[in-house]
Amino acid sequence: MIDWSHTALTIAVVLGGGLTLAGMLIWVERRLLGVWQERYGPNRLGPGGCLQSLADMIKIFTKEDWIPPFADKAVFVITPAIVVITALMSFAVVPIAPNFVVADLNMGVMFFLAMSSLAAYSVIIGGWASNNKFAFLGSLRAIAQLLSYEVFMGLSLMGAVLLAGSFNLSDIVEAQRHQWFVVPQFLGFLGFFMAGLAEAHRTPFDMPEAEAELVAGYHSEYSGMKFGMFFVGEYLSVILLSAMTVILFFGGWHGPWLPPVVWFALKMFGFIALIILIRATWPRFRFDQLLTFGWKVVMPLALINLLVTGGVVLWRAG
Amino acid sequence: MMNTWTYARNLVVGLWIVFKRTFAKPVTVQYPEERPYLPPRWRGRIVLTRDPDGEERCVACYLCSAACPVDCIALQAADNPDAHERRYPEFFRINFSRCIYCGMCEEACPTNAIQLIPDFEQSEYARRNLVYEKEDLLINGTGKYHDYNFYRVAGVRTRDKDKGQGANELSPVDVRSLMP
Repeated sequence: MIDWSHTALTIAVVLGGGLTLAGMLIWVERRLLGVWQERYGPNRLGPGGCLQSLADMIKIFTKEDWIPPFADKAVFVITPAIVVITALMSFAVVPIAPNFVVADLNMGVMFFLAMSSLAAYSVIIGGWASNNKFAFLGSLRAIAQLLSYEVFMGLSLMGAVLLAGSFNLSDIVEAQRHQWFVVPQFLGFLGFFMAGLAEAHRTPFDMPEAEAELVAGYHSEYSGMKFGMFFVGEYLSVILLSAMTVILFFGGWHGPWLPPVVWFALKMFGFIALIILIRATWPRFRFDQLLTFGWKVVMPLALINLLVTGGVVLWRAG
Repeated sequence: MMNTWTYARNLVVGLWIVFKRTFAKPVTVQYPEERPYLPPRWRGRIVLTRDPDGEERCVACYLCSAACPVDCIALQAADNPDAHERRYPEFFRINFSRCIYCGMCEEACPTNAIQLIPDFEQSEYARRNLVYEKEDLLINGTGKYHDYNFYRVAGVRTRDKDKGQGANELSPVDVRSLMP
């Protein structure tokens, strides 16, 4: 029995909240980068500059929406939608609080992994459809990156799944009532977070859109709201990465005194801030370094982690 | 293995160092509200000054125009029949869209007429508004040199008079007082 009004409300809150937050993150990131570089960042429009995203949005909507004549038009147009749609689809399985989830799938983890893999296609075909060498190089790097992170992303969160004994994200959170999975699964957390950074194309793994060498990478040819969609998609995946890290390793909504939603939001913002701090600090890796690191270091560690976790779970079960 | 540890530690230490910046005061000067201090010798907008008697200092010698590396100064000399046939600029035009604020005109000026002042807020919406005519340039003041009057400064010794003995002429300047 599904309570339709409850589901509709949840969808509205998650959709509206997610998109608003993604828009606001553009401003939050610029302000935080400013703070860490001893300057102010955008602080003119509205209190503390918080309407900056609105101004950016007006600008980006009124800009010329140009499709290069040499591009593959149909694919070129459809690509930005894929980023946003896949990112928003993943939010369907994110449990924000008890009974506060759009679709409590019993294969939630798999759904999330599938959607994040689909999001990679937008980068690949976006760069291909642009028919521009820089965009193409960005796509090539995205593929190389995909091959290295996608494997250990799944492997490193399997530890948490094993400990909880369920693929359902709500069950995983519920299993962390007494101990967060970051303690027994520290290696898994590191691997997952790293893979998440690569998946969201964030520093230090932002090679597909390396401004310094590839103009803007796979979205070099995009302008106007199509570029805006890529941007929103990137911030949505940042939020998603933070939310999933909190759910899988940091006890989701669990915490003393405060209501579950607040705990979830607090933890999530902590991780968003950490991701921005990483961007403010670390340089970009070369992509062969990411490949080497992914295949030769993180992947074996994730496998060993999985093996040991499986052993412990079996031993406990007797 | 050691190398890997150093590498990992450096990454974390870097994060911590950047995080500590959260509590540092931003170095930004919030310009329209906070004004930066500009030294009196700042080379900004160009003005034409007057001597202490309120007359134009410029004698239209064209030296500023000749010294200007970007040729942004244009003027036309004329004689003033009302003031001992003294030369003055009929028009004086500076194209500030070309000016590079190098101060060569000020250095070249023999009468301290043309001066650069600490004002840099010259933005315009139309490019032609950056061409300043004489009435835009001329100010009602002496600029940086309050007592300087070109016509009263001691000239050269002639057959009839010594340095500084002529009518309305000041006594010679001690050159050692001309240090910058």
